[in-house]
Amino acid sequence: MSAGHVLLGLLANGQRHGYDLKRQYQRRFPSAKPLAAAQIYATLERLLRDGLVAAGATERAGGPDRTLFAVTRRGRAELDRWLSEVELPSEYVANLLAVKVTLALLIADQAVAADFLRCQREAHLTRMREQTRVKADPHADLLRVVAADYAINHLDADLRWIDSTLQRVGQLAKEIRP
Amino acid sequence: MTSVTHEDPEVLTARSIVKSYGNSPALRGVSLSAARGDVLAITGPSGSGKSTLLLCLAGILRPDAGEVSFAGRRIDTESESVRSALRRREFGVLFQFGQLVPEMTAAENVGLPLLLSGVRRREAMTAARLWLDRFGVADLADQRPPEMSGGQAQRVAVARALVTEPEVLFADEPTGALDTFAGEQVLVQLTRVAREAGTTVLLVTHDAQVAAYADREVVIRDGVVEGDVVPASSSAGQHRMHT
Ligand SMILES: Nc1ncnc2c1ncn2[C@@H]1O[C@H](COP(=O)(O)OP(=O)(O)OP(=O)(O)O)[C@@H](O)[C@H]1O
Ligand SMILES: [Mg+2]
Repeated sequence: MSAGHVLLGLLANGQRHGYDLKRQYQRRFPSAKPLAAAQIYATLERLLRDGLVAAGATERAGGPDRTLFAVTRRGRAELDRWLSEVELPSEYVANLLAVKVTLALLIADQAVAADFLRCQREAHLTRMREQTRVKADPHADLLRVVAADYAINHLDADLRWIDSTLQRVGQLAKEIRP
Repeated sequence: MTSVTHEDPEVLTARSIVKSYGNSPALRGVSLSAARGDVLAITGPSGSGKSTLLLCLAGILRPDAGEVSFAGRRIDTESESVRSALRRREFGVLFQFGQLVPEMTAAENVGLPLLLSGVRRREAMTAARLWLDRFGVADLADQRPPEMSGGQAQRVAVARALVTEPEVLFADEPTGALDTFAGEQVLVQLTRVAREAGTTVLLVTHDAQVAAYADREVVIRDGVVEGDVVPASSSAGQHRMHT
C-alpha cells in the first residue's frame, strides 16, 4: 500500500497536521496496523518535495509546533488517478502455510503435516470468532464491521484451503516422497 | 420450563453413539457434551455424519448403540411418545429449509408449537408476534410462507424454533439456503437471543464463517469426532482418513 496516497486521501477534505493524520488513519482504518509518527513525517516530506502537498500555517498551541498540510491541485489529480487504478491481483501468492506443509512432508511425515494443519485451523478459527464477535456487536460502527468482514473472508479462504489440504495430505505425502 | 439442575452443568451428553443406515455406518462412536448456554458448532465434510448426529441427539433417530442424556436423564431408551413430548417441551429444531406450514400465516406458524403444548390461542398468538418482532419480521405476521423470501421465511422458522424457550436448539445448516448477508442477520439474532436466554445451541454447518458464531467446535470426520480414538468394536474403524 502506498502511504503517500493514503495521506493524500486523508488530507483531501481539508488541511491537517501530522498528529491529526495519525489519529484519522486509525479511525478510518481500524483494522490496519497504526502508522508510526516517523513514517507519517517522512511521507509528508516526500509529498512536499514532489509538490503533492503544501505546508500551511504552523499552529502553536502550548505543545510542539504543528504544521498544517494541504493537498495541492497536482496532489488531488494524483489521488484521483490512484483511486481509479485497478490493483492487479498479485502473480505470486505467498502461502507460508503451504510452505510449512511441504517442508513437514519433506523432512518428517504426513502426521506432522496434518497436526500442523489442525492446530493452524484452530488458531484461524479462534481469530475468526473474535472478528465475528466484533461484527455481531450491536454497537459496532459500520467501518469496524466492514473491516471485520474483510478479515473473516480472508481467514475463511485459508480455512477452506486448510480443510481441502487436510483431505489431500495423504496423497500429497506420496507425491512429495514417493 | 427448565428441568436442568445446577449440580449438572452438562445439558446434553452423548456417549459412544453408533448409527448405521443398513450396512453403512454413519456414526462410529461419537461422544460429546454441551453445557447449559453453550453455543457449539458441529462441523465436518459432507457425509461425515453431522446431520445423523444431530438427529440422534435430538431424539429423532434412535442410535444403534451408545447413550444420549438430557439433563442427566437418558433419553435414547425412552419410547417415541416420551421423546416427542420432550422435543415439544425442551427442544427446538431448525433445518436448512424452515419447513413452515405453507397454508398458515407467519404468526400461526410461530404460535403452533405453543398451541400443541396446550397454550391458549390468544396467548400463543401474542407470544408469536413478540417473537416475530425479536427477529425483525413483525410486519410479516399475517403473510404466508409462499409470499416470503428465503431469508424472511428462515427468520420466521427461527422464531418458531425458539418460541417455546427450549433448553436446547438443534440447528442443521440453518442458513445454508441464504446468501451471506441474510445468513448473517439470522445468525446474529439467533445467537444473541440464545445467549440471552441461556439456550444451548448445537449448530451443524460445513461453513467456517457460520461455525465462528459458536463458542467452540467439534469436527466430525468419517463418523467420529476428529482427534478421538475410534473404538476397537467399530467394524469400519479401518478407513479413517488421516491415519
Ligand atoms: N436416510 C438415510 N439413508 C441411508 N443413508 C443415509 C441416510 N442419511 C444419511 N445417510 C448416509 O450416512 C452418512 C452420513 O450422512 P449425514 O447426512 O449425517 O452427513 P452430513 O455430515 O450431514 O453431510 P452433509 O454435510 O452433506 O449434510 C452418509 O454416508 C450418508 O450417505
Ligand atoms: Mg447434513
